[in-house]
Amino acid sequence: MRRLLAEAFLILALSQAALAGQITVKGSDTMVRLCQRLAEEYMKGHKQTVIQVSGGGSSSGIAALINGATRVCASSRLLTDAEIRIAATKGVKVHQLVVALDGIAIYLHKNNPIVDLTLGQLRDIYTDRITNWKDLGGPDQPIILYGRENNSGTYTYFQKQILGGEDYAERCEPLPGTASVVHAVAHDVNGIGYGGIAWATTIRYAGIKVNDSAQAVLPSAANVSDRSYPISRELYLFLNGEPTGETKEFIDWVLSSTGEKIVVESGFVPVRAQ
Amino acid sequence: MTPYQFKPKSRWREFLGEKFIAVNAFAALIAILLIFVFIFKEATPIFTSSEVQKEASLNKMTFKQQFQPNKPAKWSWQPNSDLPKYSLWPLFLGTVKAAIIAMLFAAPLAIGAAIYSAEFASKRMREIIKPVIELLAGIPSVVLGFFALIVLATFLQDVFGLTYRLNILNAGIALGLAIIPIIFTVAEDAMNSVPTSLRDAARALGANPWQVSFTMVLPAALPGIAAGIVLGFGRAIGETMIVLMASGNAAIVSASFIDSARTLSATIAAELAEVVFGSAHYNVLFFIGTVLFLFTFLVNLGGELVLQRLKIRFQGKLS
Repeated sequence: MRRLLAEAFLILALSQAALAGQITVKGSDTMVRLCQRLAEEYMKGHKQTVIQVSGGGSSSGIAALINGATRVCASSRLLTDAEIRIAATKGVKVHQLVVALDGIAIYLHKNNPIVDLTLGQLRDIYTDRITNWKDLGGPDQPIILYGRENNSGTYTYFQKQILGGEDYAERCEPLPGTASVVHAVAHDVNGIGYGGIAWATTIRYAGIKVNDSAQAVLPSAANVSDRSYPISRELYLFLNGEPTGETKEFIDWVLSSTGEKIVVESGFVPVRAQ
Repeated sequence: MTPYQFKPKSRWREFLGEKFIAVNAFAALIAILLIFVFIFKEATPIFTSSEVQKEASLNKMTFKQQFQPNKPAKWSWQPNSDLPKYSLWPLFLGTVKAAIIAMLFAAPLAIGAAIYSAEFASKRMREIIKPVIELLAGIPSVVLGFFALIVLATFLQDVFGLTYRLNILNAGIALGLAIIPIIFTVAEDAMNSVPTSLRDAARALGANPWQVSFTMVLPAALPGIAAGIVLGFGRAIGETMIVLMASGNAAIVSASFIDSARTLSATIAAELAEVVFGSAHYNVLFFIGTVLFLFTFLVNLGGELVLQRLKIRFQGKLS
């Protein structure tokens, strides 16, 4: 009986320790693979720390941070005014870090003859002003739009940066993740989609021109880091207040050169590239 | 020793057992009630809060709205926009269209199978057909959805040359697979519960098996078949995973059945996880939940009432 009690205490103590050493990272689907790799590598060197990574979209991550359901939030966009307000009322002081840069690539089917698009054309395509590839010099085929569900940071970013805040065309099919967009475009000659640059093997990237006379730039790490690729963004980690203890250790490690190496391996561009 | 011995000891056990079962029964009842109260409570700001009504009032969710001065008024579901738009019509239309396709696909198949199984199949054949069709009900909807997403969508696009790979036709057929067992089971039971005396009377008057089935049994079982269709329709309205995966989820108002569509249930599933607590969007999603709940509740209630009447009619309790 006494031994049983002792064992129970031991288990309790162990689970307490495990709880104390648990860091949760939730948010951006674009960043899930990056965060998982970071967590795995970090846990190899820090056996006492457990890091749980989950996706769900930047908005869910931010909501979770505000509701106290996660310690670290991965996000591909900044907080909206509404979110800042709600965070303030709940007493959450959001601490913001840039971990990497990411370009948004435009995906086309491999057999699509279109090579590059201007930012204006891109806006017209996704707001239903251009609906046929022939208007862009392609075949007489309808343009099939693929996008992300509206909980995605990529959705919001693309809407703000490319569509200038306008609504997406209603016939744009929202898909649950970048992998789904890649899959859909890879199976649809008339398809077009958008998402991170770390994903392409089955599709082709469109070169992007700022305007008609500009030179087309392909989404590559070099072009994103020197900011010549026009559709790029910062990827963030948000915390409630300045990081302390284990979380601080983890964050410092992420921002170190070891962390940056993983950023590169995951197909993103480190902040201090030059 | 007498063969029967009265054991007073077992009495309190029975008493406790009975009470325990009763508590279980009421727990389920109360749980359903509380769920409805919770969902409705989260939707009430649409009726009470003026701040929420600025974005989403009943009027805005129902009627066409003009969002830009020089553009025609339209129904639009764009909740994450600079100017959020919460019209429920695209979603409602998507739900009904998917359910209609599902019914058109499933009802003839299920009723045909039920007639065959109840009237014409040999006993051995019936013992194969019935469990196999009812086994369909055991396939998780996510598996049916996955099948529609990967296999059925490509097949339909190749056969019919559809513009959109994921569309209502695709989702409706997959939904149909999910409701075939519901319609089949209820319709088959209805036909089996037609009293033998009716059949015997028809046979005695010289009717052949075909005449017995189609002029005697089928009309008598018609309310039951109708009930099966109504219950199937209720399931088709509420089913989430299949339409979420197979319909393409674009909120379009159109009469076409080969366009993509977003359903009420899929909208909740796709958007509730990310929504900011207490925002208008959050309240609207719960309002959709309330609408969906009431809609399927009424449809199912209708189906059950028809079934009840059918039973009374054949058991001769009422005229």
